Amino acid sequence: MHLVLFFIFGVLCVGAAINLLVQKHPINSALSLIVVMGSLALLYLLLGAEFVAAIQVIVYAGAVMVLFVFVIMLLNAGEEEVLPHSSRVAVALGIPGLIVGLAIGVWVIARYAGLDRISLGGPTVSNGTESFGAPSLVAKLVFRDFLLPFEVTSVLILIAILGAVVLARREE
Amino acid sequence: MSIITYIIVSVIKIVLVVFVLLTGVAYAVLMERKVVGHMQNRWGPSRVGPFGIWQPLADGLKFIFKEDLTPPYVYKPLYLLAPIISVTMALTSIAVIPFGPWISAGSVHTPLQIADVNIGLLIILGVTSIGVYGIALAGWSSNSKYSMLGSLRASAQMVSYEIALGLSLIGVLILAGSFSLRDIVNAQSGTWFGFIPKWFIFKGQIVAFFIYVMAAYAETNRIPFDLPEAETELVAGYHTEYSSMKFAMFFMAEYANMITVACLASVLFLGGWSGPVFGPPLLQSLLPVLWFALRVFVFIFIYIWVRGTLPRFRYDQLMAFGWKFLLPLAIANIIVTGLIVALQ
Repeated sequence: MHLVLFFIFGVLCVGAAINLLVQKHPINSALSLIVVMGSLALLYLLLGAEFVAAIQVIVYAGAVMVLFVFVIMLLNAGEEEVLPHSSRVAVALGIPGLIVGLAIGVWVIARYAGLDRISLGGPTVSNGTESFGAPSLVAKLVFRDFLLPFEVTSVLILIAILGAVVLARREE
Repeated sequence: MSIITYIIVSVIKIVLVVFVLLTGVAYAVLMERKVVGHMQNRWGPSRVGPFGIWQPLADGLKFIFKEDLTPPYVYKPLYLLAPIISVTMALTSIAVIPFGPWISAGSVHTPLQIADVNIGLLIILGVTSIGVYGIALAGWSSNSKYSMLGSLRASAQMVSYEIALGLSLIGVLILAGSFSLRDIVNAQSGTWFGFIPKWFIFKGQIVAFFIYVMAAYAETNRIPFDLPEAETELVAGYHTEYSSMKFAMFFMAEYANMITVACLASVLFLGGWSGPVFGPPLLQSLLPVLWFALRVFVFIFIYIWVRGTLPRFRYDQLMAFGWKFLLPLAIANIIVTGLIVALQ
C-alpha cells in the first residue's frame, strides 16, 4: 500500500515538476509548483512525518505560493516568448540526455559513498507509541534539544524580514 | 476489526456526513433568508411548501436548469478549475471533525468521525489555505475587473486573517496538549462545582474565542467582512462571471465553510459534544450528536444575526483591524496562557 502510494505521488511530483518547466504561462507553472509541494507533503506523510507534511502544505502550498500567484495576478504576466534560436533537436535529445547523465552521476556517487540504502538519519526519538514525526516529538527536539539553533534561525529570518522592509521602503 | 468492515464502515460514515453537510448547507441558506427576512420585517421564502421548507430544492433545480454561460474571454482551464477547488476544499475539511464519542454496534466499534488523525487541526488549516486558490484563480481567470478586484480583496483578507485565526488556536492547543480534535474535546470533559462545564471558553480562552469568531467571519467572507463581494462596488466580486451550477459551487463552498467553522468552534471552545446523556442505549449514543448539532446551529444563527445587524467595514479598516488589533491580541493571549500553564 505504501509502495503504491509512493509511486503514485512520486510520479505526480516529477510530472508536475516537468510540467512546471514546459508550461509557457507563469500561472500554470505556479500551479504545477503547488502540485509538487502537495505531493511532497504526501511523501513526507508516507515517511511517517505527519507534522512536517502538514506544515509543508500550510507554509509552502498555502502561504508562499499564494504570494507567487498574487504577484503573477497583479503584474498580469503574459505568455513567455519562444526564443527564435532554440533548436527542437536540442530540446528533444538534450533534456533526456541530461537527465540520464545526472541519474548515472548520482547513482555512482551514492554507490561509492555507501548511500545506496536509504536510511533516515538524525536524532530519531521514539516513545514507542508515536512515530518519529509526531508533533510532540518534533516539539521536544525543537524546543529542548535544539533550542539555541532554532532561536538563532528565527532571529536570522527576522533580520531578513527587516531587510526586505528597508529595501522596499520608498525614499522620502 | 477486519479491513473489509473498516472500509464498509468508513464509506457509510462518509456518505452520511456528506449528505448531512450538503443538507445543512441547503437549509443554512433557507435559514439565513428566513431569519434575515424576519429581522427586516418581512416573511422570507414562504411559498414552496409550509413555511417555505422546500425552497432549497427549488433553488437547486433552478441552478441546474439555468443556462451555463462561459464568457468568451476567460482563461478556460482555470475558470473551470476554480469552483472545483473551492467546493472540494470546503467539503474536505469536514473529514477530521469529530461529531460524537465512540459508538458500538455489535462487534463494530467506531468513532463518530471520518478520520481521527493526530494532526487534525493542522489539516483543517492546510485545507483552508489551499481553498484560497479557488477564489484567487476565479478572479484572475475571469478576465474581468470586478472579479479581479474581488478576488484580490478576498485573498488578501483571507491570508491576513488566517494568521490571527491560527494564533488564536494556540491557547487551546497549550491547554489540550494535542492537535487531535478528539483529544481536545476529551480535555474539556468534566465540570467545576458540578455545574460549570470545563469548556476552554470558561478556562480562560474567552479572548481567543472572540478572536477566532472575528477571524472566522473574515475567512468565510461574511458580513461585516464581506468586502470581496460588496455589491455596491464590485457587482458580485470574484464570482461575477460565473453562472448556473458553477456559481452554486462557490455558494455551497461558502456555506460549507461556515458550517466547518461552526463545528470547529464547538470542538475547540465549547466542549464538542458534551452534555447531559440519559435514557435507553440508542438515545445515549445519539444525544451527544444532538448537543453538537445544537452548538453548530446556534453558531450559524449568530452568523446570520450579525449579518442582519452590522454594516460593512471599509477596506483599510479591515486590514488595520486584522493586523493592528487582532494579531497583537492573539499573541498576548498566547503569552498569558503560556505563563499561567507554566506557573501552575
